[in-house]
Parts: sequence; structure tokens; C-alpha cells
Amino acid sequence: MSFGVKGRALRSAAFAAILAAAGSPVLADELFYVSGAVGKAVENFATLVKPWEDATGHKVTLVPMPASTSDQFGQYRLWLAAGAADIDLYQTDVIWAPQLAEHFVDLTEAAKDLAPTHFPSIIESQTVDGKLVALPIFTDAPALYYRKDLLEKHGKSVPKTWAELTATAQAIQDAERAEGKADLWGFVWQGNAYEGLTCDALEWVKSFGGGQIVEPDGSISINNENAVAALETAKGWVGTISPGGVLAYQEEEARGVWQTGNAVFMRNWPYAYGLGNSDDSAVKGLFDVAPLPSGTEGGPSAATLGGWNVAVSKYSTKQEAAISLALYLAGPEAQKARALSESNLPTIVALYDDADIAAQQPIIPRWKEVFLQAVPRPSAPTKGKYNEVSAKFWSAVHNTLSGNGTAAENLELLEVELSDIKGDGWK
Amino acid sequence: MANSIQGTGRGPSLQQQRQRAAFWFIAPMLAALLLVAAWPLCRTIWFSFTDTSLDNLYGGSWAGFDNYLQIRTLESGRVLYRGTLVDPDWWNAVWNTVKFSVVSVLFETVLGLIVALVLNAEFKGRGLVRAAILIPWAIPTIVSAKMWAWMLNDQFGIINDILLNLGLISQKIAWTASTDTAMTAVLIVDIWKTTPFMALLILAGLQMVPRDIYEAAKIDGINPVKVFFRVTLPLIRPALMVAVIFRMLDALRIFDLIYVLTPNSKATKTMSVISRENMIDFNNFAYGAAQSTLLFALIAIFVSLYIWLGKVDLSGEGGK
Repeated sequence: MSFGVKGRALRSAAFAAILAAAGSPVLADELFYVSGAVGKAVENFATLVKPWEDATGHKVTLVPMPASTSDQFGQYRLWLAAGAADIDLYQTDVIWAPQLAEHFVDLTEAAKDLAPTHFPSIIESQTVDGKLVALPIFTDAPALYYRKDLLEKHGKSVPKTWAELTATAQAIQDAERAEGKADLWGFVWQGNAYEGLTCDALEWVKSFGGGQIVEPDGSISINNENAVAALETAKGWVGTISPGGVLAYQEEEARGVWQTGNAVFMRNWPYAYGLGNSDDSAVKGLFDVAPLPSGTEGGPSAATLGGWNVAVSKYSTKQEAAISLALYLAGPEAQKARALSESNLPTIVALYDDADIAAQQPIIPRWKEVFLQAVPRPSAPTKGKYNEVSAKFWSAVHNTLSGNGTAAENLELLEVELSDIKGDGWK
Repeated sequence: MANSIQGTGRGPSLQQQRQRAAFWFIAPMLAALLLVAAWPLCRTIWFSFTDTSLDNLYGGSWAGFDNYLQIRTLESGRVLYRGTLVDPDWWNAVWNTVKFSVVSVLFETVLGLIVALVLNAEFKGRGLVRAAILIPWAIPTIVSAKMWAWMLNDQFGIINDILLNLGLISQKIAWTASTDTAMTAVLIVDIWKTTPFMALLILAGLQMVPRDIYEAAKIDGINPVKVFFRVTLPLIRPALMVAVIFRMLDALRIFDLIYVLTPNSKATKTMSVISRENMIDFNNFAYGAAQSTLLFALIAIFVSLYIWLGKVDLSGEGGK
């Protein structure tokens, strides 16, 4: 035991020495930043961090991970549990803060000037027991992508409710197929059994007035008529206006169908906007976005709050440089660059009035409207159990969509399962 | 002086010396096995009796059999059952694993046998064909699973395209998405990948069969089908049994292919997949450890039964 203490003391002395060394500009650190990669994220990262590298003399290498957030989480949890020092910074999903909090450095002090410029609700989502676990680098809220040309051609307006969307999609799909476009589908979304389906389904349920699975006070609300109606509506799309394979789609598969011009509507995150308007896209200039439809006439619409943050590993041996990079990535310069290059939504309030962004990515100021409807996933009330709750929810939804039991049956079962996980309180 | 005289007189025999030398040659491997196999196994079994979580690997406390089965009587008199042994997800995974193993090994054995028989025949370019047939086995599972995922994709996949053009299906099938076809998709990929392995093992057995037996059968004018069932099959049976158990062991702990191809489909989740999910995704480390332990126990029981009932000779000394 005494050896362990001595070892630790030695290690912290060595650590202090390393920190001191990192402070001097002569010794440049090489940092490793791990992040999931969708769209052009890998290509853009080098350009994004160039100014920071030039200013500090450090180098940063991106370690790309699969696009699936569930896969990323598994790997990160493993690395962090092992105390791996190989990765200095983690790009974390908005829902991970409560589950990984203890492995990250508290950024409250370092970001005391920067944090107040962000949306307070986002900073709050990354604060666990008073500790600022991660700094937001961009936020995400999905919207309904629609084909302007097809709606115009068939004299339809942008749907306001899910029922309207169903009818419009079906009508256009039938008419276009009759003209020989056999591969055209009405609506593509994310139906694979993974975290993305939790996002999609939460939007349906919330917009039908069915609550948000687990309410902020921790009560389980999912088993109700409105939620059942929402899931039954979605089930009606599979095989009619959406391909049967939608049940295996994640974001990129949906974008694949959309960007090759084979869908009338798509539910996706803002990153698909920039890519859809790139030169090799079949739908360049032919589409626009709107808030997702609501469940009932004049009812609320809902968009699941997504977004990514940067956290500094407690096990990193180059924390000072890492914190400096985190502050840079969450700061106005990097957020603006990201907004311009990848149509990522800034989390710094002032950037929504930025003239350059408004000119080059006109979608971003308009997304403020979507963002106001954003609904958080129940990661805060369910604490360390969020992943399990989410997996149970997406399984129940996936079962319903693929015809294994009705929505009512599956949600009733889900309520029991969630109560079991909750036990005598979320921990 | 006295010592050396004593040594030559009562020293170890040659046999003993050989055994001692053999021990020292084997020792490094035994040490490595203890370190990388026995130790993690014991740790996992230990974890399964605690309430360890991944965030605090050394802070778990003893929990008895709670992860396996916990019976609690509530004040109202209602009896609650908790734990892996009453978890429907676990039994679903067990059933999936058994189904997968039996079907895949059956197909792989039959197809592997056919391929091996073909490769055992003399023909031009045999060496090339033998090398070529091993390609699926040589590709890393992750790569082949990803490759097949694209081929099986409902919208862009080549499989649907071919089947549509041949008129075998009238609309695109969502192979990996639909619960009806997910298991079939996984089986197709696994059989494609592992048949060469079976073929190779069986081929090794076939080459041990003495040629003169066939010549004798030919002279006696016996039907080739009868030769196969009466001569070839009994003679390659030991090799076949060993090949089957190797495959079965592999199939029972299938993970990578399913994790890549159909990660969250209830129709294909196997014991390994569900155990990893609990350990890492859900932070129920001890619960996952209990499932790993059960998986280990099931495989151990199966192998023992197989060796006992099948009278498999693993010692390599032959004889009846």
C-alpha cells in the first residue's frame, strides 16, 4: 500500500514536471483527438486546427472513429476505464456527460470567460454536479429536408403535420413512379436499432404530445395513448413511403438515398445540408429545410437536441495543451469555421447574427427556429442508466416498426423494463 | 569428487531427464497461457459474483449469485426474480447462438466436404484452385462483414440487383434490417467465409487415406457412392469430428461478424454480443461477466459431451 502511495506521489511529481515543460513554447506537444467521422469531418479537421497549431507550435492528430455514436461510446468507455493516456481529447455526444464525467478534467475554471457566451442550456447539459465536463463545439437539431422541385411540380406545400407528410409523400411517390422513377421513395429517416432511432422516435412521440420517455423529474411516461399513436403512424411508413431497408439505415444511408435524388423527404441533421449542395450531389439547389412536422394540427413540433462537445481526458499527460485546444475548438473562431465549412450549428449565441455565416450558410440563422423546438433526450434524469434506457426504447420502437408486436404491447412492456432498471431511483 | 560419483550412480534416468527438459520447453507456453487465458477467465468468474462496474474495476464488493439469479420476496408477498437466468434477452441470445452454430456448422461441413473431395482429385491447376479457395478465410472478418453489408444493402446492394434482374424477387429485400432475413444474411456470410477452413481440415484428413484402398475397391467394381460412405467417410471420421468441434467452438462464441453486420437486431444477438453490450454499453460489468461465465460453462459442457458421446480422439495417438 505504502508503495502505491509513493508511486502515486512520484507520478504526480513527474506529471507536474511535464506540465511545466508543456508551458514552455520550446517543447511542442503532439495531441491526439478522437472523433466520429461523418461527411467531410476528417478532411476539414486539419484546416480547422491549423491556426491553433501555428499559434501554439503544438500538433494535433485526428483519430477517426466509426459514425455510429453507440460504437464510439463503447470504445471510449473502454479506453477511459483503462486510464489510457494515448488520447488527450474526446469529442463527446451531448448525452454522455453524466456517464463519463469522472474521467474528464473539470473545465469550469479554464472556460470561465468562454462558457457564458454559449447557450446556457447547452453548458448546463455538460455540467455534472457543478463540474463542467466538456465544452460544446457545435449543436445539432434535425430538420425536415424536402425537394422543392418535386413539391412544386405536384402542387403540394411543405407538410405541417405527420399526416400531411404521409399523404404528400405517398402522392408524389406514386406519381413519380408512374413516370418511371422506380427507385423514388417518399421519406427516408434513421430506423436502425441504435441511438439514432431513439432520436427519431423521441421526435414522433414528443410531437404527438406523448412526453419524452422519462420526464425531467425521473418519472417514466412512455406508456401512453399519444406515444402509441405516434409509433403506429411511423410503422405505417415502412414499406409504403419508406423503403423496408429504412430499418437498417443510419444517417449516412438515409443521406445516400436522398443525395442520389431518390427521396422526396428526409429527416436528418444539419451536416447533410452542406453536403447536399456540394457539386457532386444530384439534389444540389433542389431542396430546402423546414422544422419537423407536428403530431396534430397546430400542435408543437419537436427536434431532438444533438450536438458534440470536446472533453479533456484526466489521463492525458499533456493536459495544458489539451485544454488550450479544447478552448480553441469551442471558441468563436473555430465554431465559425465549422459553420462555414460543414454547416454545423454554433453554440455561441452571437454567431447566429454573424454576417459571413448568414451569407454563406443562410440555413444557420434559420435553424434557430428549429433549435427553439429542441427536446433533450432523458440523459440527465436517467444518469448512468441512460444507455440502457435508450437501448430498451429503441428496441421497443424497432420491434414495433418491424411488426414484432403492436405499439401498445411494446410500450407496455417497455414501461415494465424501465421500472426494473430504475429500481428505487435512477443512479 | 564424492558428489560426482553419487551423481552417476543414482542420478535421474534418461527418461526422467527428457521429461524434465520437456517441462522446461513447455514452461514458457504454460506461463503465457496462464497469463492470457487462465487469469482473465478466473477474473471474469470472480467479477460475476461481485457488483463491479467498468468505472471502478477494483471497487466491486461480493454480491453472491445475484447476477445469476436473485429471488426477492416483497412485503406484499409478491416474489421477484432477477438475474441472467431469468432474463428473456439472455435466453433469446442463447437460442440465437445455438441456431446459428448448428445451421452454420452443418452447412459448412457438408459444403467443406464437397469442396475437399473436389480438391482431392487430380486435375490441372489444382494448386492454384486450392490457394484461391482459401481467400474468403484469409480476409479479416471485419472487412468481409463490411463488404457483405454493402452487397446486401437494400437500395444499392448487388445481391438485390442480381436477384431482381434474374426475376427471382419482385422487390428489393432489406436483408440485414428485417428480422426475418437478418439471421439468413449472417449465416450466408459465415458459411461463405468458413467453408474454406472446413475444406482445408477435411482435405488434410482425405490425404491420409491410403490410395490402395480405392484401387482395391475399383478392382472389385464397387459403386463410387458406396465407396464414399463405406470407405472414405469412416476413414476421415476422426479428422471430420475434430474439424466440426473446432468450428463449433468458434461458432458458439461468434461476435465480430454479427457486431458489424446486424449489431442490434434481436434476431441475431448472440451470447457474446449481449455480454459485451451489458459490460460496456450499459455499465453492468458484473452482469456481463456473469453472462460470459455462463457462455464459458455452456461451451465447456458442450465440448465435454461431444468428446464423450462422439468418442473423439484428441490425443492424436490414433487406434480404435
